[in-house]
Amino acid sequence: EVDLEERLCELDLRSDSDIPDVPPPTDSTPEILKKALSGLSARWKNWWIRGILTLAMISGFFLIIYLGSFMLMLLVLSIQVKCYHEIITIGYRVYHSYDLPWFRSLSWYFLLCVNYFFYGETVADYFATFVQRREQLQFLIRYHRFISFALYLTGFCMFVLSLVKKHYRLQFYMFAWTHVTLLITVTQSHLVIQNLFEGMIWFLVPISSVICNDITAYIFGFFFGRTPLIKLSPKKTWEGFIGGFFSTVVFGFIFSYFLAQHQYFVCPVEYNSETNRFVTECEPSELFQMKKYSVPPLLQAVLGWETVNMYPFQMHSFALSTFASLIGPFGGFFASGFKRAFKIKDFADTIPGHGGIMDRFDCQYLMATFVHVYITSFIRGPNPSKLLKQLLILQPEQQLSVYKTLKSHLVEKGILQPSLRG
Amino acid sequence: QESEFENRLDGETASDSESRSDFGGSSTVPTSDDTPEVLNRALSNLSSRWKNWWVRGILTLAMITFFFIIIYLGPMVLMTIVMCVQIKCFHEIITIGYNVYHSYDLPWFRTLSWYFLLCVNYFFYGETVTDYFFTLVQREEPLRILSKYHRFISFTLYLTGFCMFVLSLVKKHYRLQFYMFGWTHVTLLIVVTQSHLIIHNLFEGMIWFIVPISCVICNDIMAYMFGFFFGRTPLIKLSPKKTWEGFIGGFFSTVLFGWLLSYVMSGYRCFTCPVEFNSDTNSFTVDCEPSELFQLQEYNIPLVLQSVVGWKTVRMYPFQIHSIALSTFASLIGPFGGFFASGFKRAFKIKDFANTIPGHGGIMDRFDCQYLMATFVNVYIASFIRGPNPSKLIQQFLTLRPDQQLHIFNTLKAHLVDRGILGSLEDA
Repeated sequence: EVDLEERLCELDLRSDSDIPDVPPPTDSTPEILKKALSGLSARWKNWWIRGILTLAMISGFFLIIYLGSFMLMLLVLSIQVKCYHEIITIGYRVYHSYDLPWFRSLSWYFLLCVNYFFYGETVADYFATFVQRREQLQFLIRYHRFISFALYLTGFCMFVLSLVKKHYRLQFYMFAWTHVTLLITVTQSHLVIQNLFEGMIWFLVPISSVICNDITAYIFGFFFGRTPLIKLSPKKTWEGFIGGFFSTVVFGFIFSYFLAQHQYFVCPVEYNSETNRFVTECEPSELFQMKKYSVPPLLQAVLGWETVNMYPFQMHSFALSTFASLIGPFGGFFASGFKRAFKIKDFADTIPGHGGIMDRFDCQYLMATFVHVYITSFIRGPNPSKLLKQLLILQPEQQLSVYKTLKSHLVEKGILQPSLRG
Repeated sequence: QESEFENRLDGETASDSESRSDFGGSSTVPTSDDTPEVLNRALSNLSSRWKNWWVRGILTLAMITFFFIIIYLGPMVLMTIVMCVQIKCFHEIITIGYNVYHSYDLPWFRTLSWYFLLCVNYFFYGETVTDYFFTLVQREEPLRILSKYHRFISFTLYLTGFCMFVLSLVKKHYRLQFYMFGWTHVTLLIVVTQSHLIIHNLFEGMIWFIVPISCVICNDIMAYMFGFFFGRTPLIKLSPKKTWEGFIGGFFSTVLFGWLLSYVMSGYRCFTCPVEFNSDTNSFTVDCEPSELFQLQEYNIPLVLQSVVGWKTVRMYPFQIHSIALSTFASLIGPFGGFFASGFKRAFKIKDFANTIPGHGGIMDRFDCQYLMATFVNVYIASFIRGPNPSKLIQQFLTLRPDQQLHIFNTLKAHLVDRGILGSLEDA
């Protein structure tokens, strides 16, 4: 009987071509679609399924946007959990490790811990007034990091105690696999939610740009594609890439123009503790107020206008769409490489014709981080409510000295009148 | 019983019968004898087991002396040492990965690993430098720009590495390359974040650096000694040499040691004061009014202990109470870091992480218990000791918009009035 360790050693060191495929996913197309399309040939049938599902997903997306921020947060959370589940399941299949002691529980436990940590940080910031009112929550917030760390440590110690002699290597692999997956899926999803709270436009425009790039690159490639782009994904072509880039930039520009007009999309999401709901109402920041820009002389001849009315946000949308078109695809290549490395066709078969949720979201990873970094670097300063929260937990003497410093600063800048009381 | 005794003397990591069967094929890292010639000659007439014991002992003393010297040399040298240790640990773990996967000839992989290390370090050091060297940074124009767009620059650097990785994927080696990518990232997560947390702790006050590390070292040594003299009941299958007697004996000795060490150190400003960078003299200074944690206070001894000890009150530093928490963690949870490393070594069939220190193995072997400790101390300080830094808050305040500033000012004012800290008619 060959020891499992020996088999695994061989598995690691063989070249890719020797490794047996992970069993292909089963066909999960709903019966209705199958019957409706039974008359067509296989290739058109596939095309129709993909098309219908694409429309279904886009409609679902619009519906959820309509339902508001809270539903969006729930959606992001569900997607995160599903992506995590898909990647972990692949790990199990690759390593035949379904029967490792406790491992499923530990993976879900770590997911819970990391989510608790991140949601705690977000909740504390955005729900500050709600939290201040309730004693128990105050305690949880104040010692949040310590509690999260203690929870994580418990999981870590459980892992160490669960190590079984015959399966050390497998268990370490799965441990690392879990952590890298958490790093990818959970952090991205929380950055998406942070972007969302900044204003729904910061959530919609990047995601739509990536989707648009996917679709237009496919269409351009379909009609004009000739030169292969990268060995990793033989179907991608340079024509598709470049065509997708220009279409996405134009799309982002126009889409931002429409979204920037509505307060619903532009305002930071805030939690109203009286009505216990999320509200998006504010004075639109200067990013979302029309400004006159002079058209550079070069374009003046082409367009025939001397000035144009635009939202400053549309300039930022250039940056976002450029990133979506040029760097976003690398996320897709990474996922393709991953699938080839582990000999899987799709991450899962959740969506008929498309594969798993991860297949749809692979280009979005880098986008969420980029938007977050972009916002913190170029758009907003530090978060005022977080600052306030930190001020309120200082020692009284420190608070008093800070108060005096702030007062003198504000008076100096003329923001506060020195004779104003109360 | 003689062979058991001999096994115990052979040192920490196993060459007992259990792991020998694991060695099945060839072990991945060949161990060469790294002991310096001078030691070899001095100990040449002793039998090999005593020789091993002497080598370990001498090296232990050498490391402890070295530790004292760098403490004496100050924060800057300590930071440099932490940085070097981090790089060496990273190198050791990555080398193991290479050996495990025979992947020395993967295209670009060595370069990429070092590049990612550089990126993550740049990110973390940038965040630290911005906090602690604020005045220096604001003065110099290029530094100011680097610090304002720090996150964006770090992200761009990381992305470049990521894209390089994707472009370097080679058809025959996809799986190996993904493994090494994952390996690199997990290593970065463990090694680099811990080392930066250590530096944060250091800046809080050198006592927050020295006491935790010494407690872990003391626990290691004490547990070994107790195990050596009294050890009988095995603790965990993963490390057959650890015993319950060693564990418990080590726990009590470490708590006592931490208590005494804190008492000695709390008296000196150079240990208890936060490290600050003086932009006029361009050097680190440790000079301050000691916080109330480091001022002697009278504590009433509980009645139970009064009869035992004979005193009614005792003068202690409040920090000593915290030191109990630190030493408890070092003794109870710290060893799990050691077990994790033992499991890792058994999983990948290596005896030691490397051969850097004769008799002890690699740098990682010495630092395996420290990982969790650094994070714990940092979380402990952030949760229980210091609040946020007021000057940092003021800096953040100054970057807000005027209407936000006014809102915060009014809320703070209302809060202070509420608490009676500020009279409602008071005009500062």
